[in-house]
Amino acid sequence: MDYILSLITFLPLLGAVIIGLFVQGSDAQSSENAKRVSLITSIVVFLLSLVMFSEFDKNSSNFQFVEEFLWLGFFNYKLGVDGISVILILLTTGMMPLVFLSSWTTNKRVKEYLISFLILETLMVGVFVSLDMFLFYVFFEAGLIPMFLIIGIWGGKERVFASFKFFLYTLLGSILMLIAMIIMWDISGTTDITKLLNYEFESEPFYILGFYIPSGIQTLLWLGFFASFAVKLPMFPVHTWLPDAHVQAPTSGSVLLAAILLKMGGYGFIRFSIPMFYDASLYFQSLIFILSVIAIIYTSLVALVQTDMKKLIAYSSVAHMGFVTIGLFSINQQGIDGAIFQMVSHGLISAALFLVVGVVYERTHTREILAFGGLIRRMPNYAMVFMVLTLANVGLPGTSGFIGEFLSLLGAFQVGPIYAILGAVGVILSACYGLLLYKKVILGELIKENLKRINDISLREKFCLYPLVLLIIFFGIYPKPIIETYSATVSNYLQMLN
Amino acid sequence: MSENLKFLTPELFLVIFNLSFLCMMLFVKSPMILSNGNKISALALVVTAVLVHLNPVKADPIINGFYTSNEFTTLFKMLILFLSSVILYLSDAYLKKNDLLKYEFPILINFSVFGMLVVISSNDLMALYLGIEIQSLSLYIIAAYRRDNLKSTEAGLKYFILGALSSGLLLYGISLVYGATGSTQFHIIYSAIMYTEKALGLQIGMVFLLSAIAFKFAAFPFHMWTPDVYDGSPTPVTAFMAIVPKLAIGAVLAKVLFDVFGGISDKWQLVLVFLSGGSMIIGAFGAIAQSNIKRILGYSSIGHVGFALMGLAAVSPEGLSGFIIYLFLYSIMMLGIFAFILNMEKDGVLVTDIYLLAKYSETNPATSFAFSLILFSLAGIPPLAGFICKLYVMMAIINSGLIYLALVGAIVSVIGAFYYLRIVYIVYFSEADDKLDANIPAGHLLVLFISSTAIVVGTYNLLGIEPLTRAAAESLLY
Repeated sequence: MDYILSLITFLPLLGAVIIGLFVQGSDAQSSENAKRVSLITSIVVFLLSLVMFSEFDKNSSNFQFVEEFLWLGFFNYKLGVDGISVILILLTTGMMPLVFLSSWTTNKRVKEYLISFLILETLMVGVFVSLDMFLFYVFFEAGLIPMFLIIGIWGGKERVFASFKFFLYTLLGSILMLIAMIIMWDISGTTDITKLLNYEFESEPFYILGFYIPSGIQTLLWLGFFASFAVKLPMFPVHTWLPDAHVQAPTSGSVLLAAILLKMGGYGFIRFSIPMFYDASLYFQSLIFILSVIAIIYTSLVALVQTDMKKLIAYSSVAHMGFVTIGLFSINQQGIDGAIFQMVSHGLISAALFLVVGVVYERTHTREILAFGGLIRRMPNYAMVFMVLTLANVGLPGTSGFIGEFLSLLGAFQVGPIYAILGAVGVILSACYGLLLYKKVILGELIKENLKRINDISLREKFCLYPLVLLIIFFGIYPKPIIETYSATVSNYLQMLN
Repeated sequence: MSENLKFLTPELFLVIFNLSFLCMMLFVKSPMILSNGNKISALALVVTAVLVHLNPVKADPIINGFYTSNEFTTLFKMLILFLSSVILYLSDAYLKKNDLLKYEFPILINFSVFGMLVVISSNDLMALYLGIEIQSLSLYIIAAYRRDNLKSTEAGLKYFILGALSSGLLLYGISLVYGATGSTQFHIIYSAIMYTEKALGLQIGMVFLLSAIAFKFAAFPFHMWTPDVYDGSPTPVTAFMAIVPKLAIGAVLAKVLFDVFGGISDKWQLVLVFLSGGSMIIGAFGAIAQSNIKRILGYSSIGHVGFALMGLAAVSPEGLSGFIIYLFLYSIMMLGIFAFILNMEKDGVLVTDIYLLAKYSETNPATSFAFSLILFSLAGIPPLAGFICKLYVMMAIINSGLIYLALVGAIVSVIGAFYYLRIVYIVYFSEADDKLDANIPAGHLLVLFISSTAIVVGTYNLLGIEPLTRAAAESLLY
């Protein structure tokens, strides 16, 4: 078990190398083989991470499976997982086989496509396992390259604009984080996250150019990290890249974007901002609450008027990530538990929703809501899956969406009741747009000519969708397996902070 | 005297080789030697590098305080010699294809390299001036190497007039410094500054000196010639000018700052902050509207000079070693880029428009990948080497408390990323149908792939350059 984290992280990269160098032959043959290689690689990685999970000690709040090698001297290669990261790693590695399965019908530059995804998997897992902040930065930032290419090459009509917007927004955020990291290194003399978690940064207020800076250097560092994670999450008002990127990205790109990449922002908050800059986090608590509430209500309203299905789901993602931030920054057990649960649950739900949109897009090549109607007549299974997902997205009790939103709001209520109440309004709004979408697409009479011959979901699509649907219901009824994984870590964090 | 001569072996060898090669080409008009002239000269540079490696190292100045030979000069000389020999090799095919093959080309390049060797080792302002003039004069001529071409002659003339102006500044600065301190030798000026009153003439002289060197380094606000000269000169000359003089002038700048004016670093630190910040901003914004790859590289080199200067502005051993690392990795990346650009042809005609790279990735996936990797590295995306060297200088500058300069660097690198990405975008996403010819000679491909491999492998240990730069920085500082 010594090197299992390195193995999980870099096995996908090996798969990419194999596809790049050894999968040869005619176009059809080689792309078929490449798809197999990538699917097998991702399944092996998933099994390995399950093995790691079974060995993981849930009662300990320490970092486990730690490995460390000297790298450039001032920063090192150090990996390890605690309860929070292990659950996000499982989400990542579990999502990848579904991503490869769902992109089975791609036929444009297949090898490059799969290589990009495998490299992206390495980088995503790397973000969650790194225990050195510069290593974290390297993984966090390098993920931009494959995602830029995925949107830019395999995306829709406006893909160039979307890919540039995605890249530059995220880069601006993360480069400010880099500055903050260098300052942290300068102050504390270490880049090791485990040491930084125990290091107390000064919070004496001071003046810069006549401006009063409450909580001192913590505030500045917090803002540096905030710039990066707020863009990544995304939070209002820097969320506008997300709808563009989602609409233009291919289905599997959207799935990863929604399920994993957005979670890096939340993970960053819980790993860096809250434990390391506690005073600043408290100081900015109401700012975060206000931004989250605006995100929840405003983007839900925006989602109501969308005519493109993907855009609607993208805006609903922003709203749901608002619950994550509101929960995280209530800085109590329920809030943080709920926020992490919401991240996992939103990962499952939004991924499944994008897959669902991909199913009809593949058949009709349109995502306009008005182009559909009455699909239930031809696609009963599809209608059933879509219904469960819509209800989960709304946050109906019995689905995983409920647990996350409920716990987050519960946590927020203890700190700022008014924000929790306003946040709860968002749940109603999400019911509005969710059910409206369902009604327009699935229910009603089937009158459109081109829809009269549409086929129900195939076996491959069932393999993609059913596991997600089952997990969403299972965790809705029995959330304990997820929560108990990280609750020891979270309560340890909170003890340290108080 | 003869004891001192052994320190000069590499320079003597190079200049003797050059003169004899020149004489031989004047009288022996052998086409065989002419067509191999570049390779022979490249070989001579490699031999010189070996001699530099064998050259003894001494902490104190030699030849009556005229010259130095220490870890710092050795490192820079080796880099310059190897890089220029690779560039000579790369230019060969280009020159032959475009009927530009003349024996003057390698000779002028070698004379320029000789000037750089002198300037790096100089321990006296006069030696410094002579070295800079030798390297610049050769560059003025080869910038106008294509003399029947309007743009090339314009480039040469522009470079010459502005360069002469900066030489004037340099001489005037030297005389002021001499007037204030009574010597032209670095170590004497250094101690004179430490123990005498800080005269006004000294400070003005210092600013004149720095301005002249900043001109040669193409740093803001003396950068105006760069895009025009890069664009006008034949591509091999652009490659040479974008890579080798950057190292030599960088070494001189570091030397002048730390060896001559080391005692008054508080005076020049702000000057450098200004040069560095301005260059980064100009480099990022200037290239946005360009579509000519040579002009883009011109602006990009200004931006990178700004980043490198950040290391010097930190006034610390870490900063100096970051500066050297930055210049080194920058030249490695540029080498790969130019190995590609030298072969940008459409229907047999050389082109520089980036929009003609459309769909290049479909015909040449491997080449496009290597090329894009270098572009990502130039943009400073981790984990590539271009990121690591940016990290080094930023850490040094933050360590010295100049956080705002690091912030400027951070923001402009996002803007800079835009134009590097635009090239990647054209190579991979564009729908246009103009296609470049896809024949790159094997040697050039090799350089391109070595360069792109180096920036990936370099993330592991910076190609082992780090201890060398530390030794070099220490030999300069103490």
